[in-house]
Amino acid sequence: MSHPVSADRYFVPEPSYWPLVGSISLLLMASGAVMTMNSIANGGLVLLAGFAVLLVMLFGWFGRVIGESEGGSYNLQVDRSFRWSMSWFIFSEVMFFAAFFGALFYVRVLSVPDLASPDQAALWEGFKGHWPTAGPAAKDPFTVMHAWGIPAINTLLLLSSGATLTWAHWGMIANKRQQLIIGLALTIVLGLVFISLQAYEYAEAYSHLNLKLTTGVYGSTFYMLTGFHGFHVTLGATMLIVILIRAMKGHFTAERHFAFEAVAWYWHFVDVVWLGLFVVVYWL
Amino acid sequence: MPGGAAGTGWTLYPPLSVQMGMGMDMAIFAVHILGMSSIMGSINIITTILNLRAPGMTLMKMPLFCWTWLVTGFLLIASMPILAGAVTMLLTDRHFGTSFFSAAGGGDPVLFQHIFWFFGHPEVYIIALPAFGVISHVIPAFSRKHLFGYTSMVYAIAAIGLISFFVWAHHMYVTGIPLTGQLYFMYATMLIAVPTGVKVFNWATTMWRGSLSFETPMLFALGFLVLFTIGGLTGLVLAMTAVDIQVQDTYYVVAHFHYVMVAGALFSAYAGLYFWLPKWTGHMYNEGLGKLHFWLSMIFFNIAFFPQHFLGLAGMPRRIPDYSQQFADFNMISTVGAFGFGFAQLLVLVVVFQAMKGGAKASAKPWDGAHGLEWTVPSPAPYHTFEDPPAFDPTEAHA
Repeated sequence: MSHPVSADRYFVPEPSYWPLVGSISLLLMASGAVMTMNSIANGGLVLLAGFAVLLVMLFGWFGRVIGESEGGSYNLQVDRSFRWSMSWFIFSEVMFFAAFFGALFYVRVLSVPDLASPDQAALWEGFKGHWPTAGPAAKDPFTVMHAWGIPAINTLLLLSSGATLTWAHWGMIANKRQQLIIGLALTIVLGLVFISLQAYEYAEAYSHLNLKLTTGVYGSTFYMLTGFHGFHVTLGATMLIVILIRAMKGHFTAERHFAFEAVAWYWHFVDVVWLGLFVVVYWL
Repeated sequence: MPGGAAGTGWTLYPPLSVQMGMGMDMAIFAVHILGMSSIMGSINIITTILNLRAPGMTLMKMPLFCWTWLVTGFLLIASMPILAGAVTMLLTDRHFGTSFFSAAGGGDPVLFQHIFWFFGHPEVYIIALPAFGVISHVIPAFSRKHLFGYTSMVYAIAAIGLISFFVWAHHMYVTGIPLTGQLYFMYATMLIAVPTGVKVFNWATTMWRGSLSFETPMLFALGFLVLFTIGGLTGLVLAMTAVDIQVQDTYYVVAHFHYVMVAGALFSAYAGLYFWLPKWTGHMYNEGLGKLHFWLSMIFFNIAFFPQHFLGLAGMPRRIPDYSQQFADFNMISTVGAFGFGFAQLLVLVVVFQAMKGGAKASAKPWDGAHGLEWTVPSPAPYHTFEDPPAFDPTEAHA
């Protein structure tokens, strides 16, 4: 049974049906995605239903956790468990991006030069293998996104958002609620501007630069890396909005505010990934 | 299913996996969902181990089963996202026109193999390490001694876990990787034999001058020890690039990994099952049936898989529907063994069902040589075993 616990007891939450709801949502989303990609009727509907169930689960499950937290059920041991868990989750995200960074390095260092080697001359005559390339079979020329335009502005935006978030954290620790709320709001605005600029950059790439997802291996790695990063910024911004709403409702204390810290860690992680992207995707 | 089920084998190699029907898409999303579940489960296990131990149980006093799970959890969190990335690239190559695995667009099908085996090799240890943990409990219990070399066991587990990330291309010797690459991966792979050897010798030394008895868990543990050592030695043979180029994708490889996976992981799982079945059900299992299960498994396993070494060395490729005539005799022996092994496994269902239904009541600690906190609570353990941190006796450590 759920009960407020002293420091020397294990916290045992009540049995929960939310994981089951989550599984149903995953099944619907996966089936819907497969149906949509293979042009089977109503795939989109199934996919949407999956997202709807996911939203229900997120509200229900996080609602329960926030209730337990604000109700004082969590002792320091639970707090430490959350910290370990979030750290390992972020580590798993690091490894997810590592797969795509690895693909980019492999392509630039091994497969593209190899395709341009004399061994392959009979197959791909005249292929020079200079990066960026859309591969030996590419027909239309394309232009790459310049690092010192929007991407540089985006780097500034994300770095500043890390600073404003830390400033908000100082406000939390010093019990300055207003500084906390302003700092969070600024961070969210910077994040949203970043996402908008990314969207503008994509539109620009598609309409003027002829740089598309189908633009050979350059387009593949460019959109896969920046796309998953943009998706993570969107998730992070959404989580920041939830934290802002909770902060305005008076949740958290100067000592206990793990949810804030977890989202802050996540935000900084997304920030660091961007720095890697800026250097190896846009700049070099 | 239009286009049939995903028919690429577990390795999902492109270009085949890029060309298949929608069964492949379902397999890709299944990998995503299973990966999420593995990651969440591993985070839970690692956090539990790091943060919720009984007071006084330091990391170096932890049961070895927990140590193997700590490293396994780390391997899962580090490797599953890599596989998720690989199948995501497959998905976009299939449906959204990317060129990760297409040479025409500047990519490379071999890129998939690199990413896949960066996950795939740690995956082997993800299966094997918890099995090692079980053996490290069963052998001391039935030798009535503490485990020999606890500290070296912990370091060996960590070393195996770490090195498993740096040996992946030994699955890819014939893909045209450069000679220096082949040499590096050969030496790195052989390096794994060192910590694995430490473990095997420690298990053997634990039994030295012990007061041995041979109940079913111990029989399976011994079966594991002998057969896994054979599988490990053929692994060393395969690690040599020059040899592997000869026997790549032959039945020699099939025999090797069945000695490691079936005799290694499955036999240990059975050792653990019989060891903890009284704790789980509250009843003793049928020892006679258990022993019969072990001996039938041991005999038929070897009939099924030992001849495959000869088949592979003679050149029979794996994954072939219609093999050459000269391989027929050994294949017949192997088939007899496979059916015998399969039918013998029905016994374990009977044993488990019987123990669930009734039988002699099991005491809190049915094995006199067993160590660990689980033997301090009644059999079966009460609902949510420990709501208060249990008292931990450090002299009971090192199962």
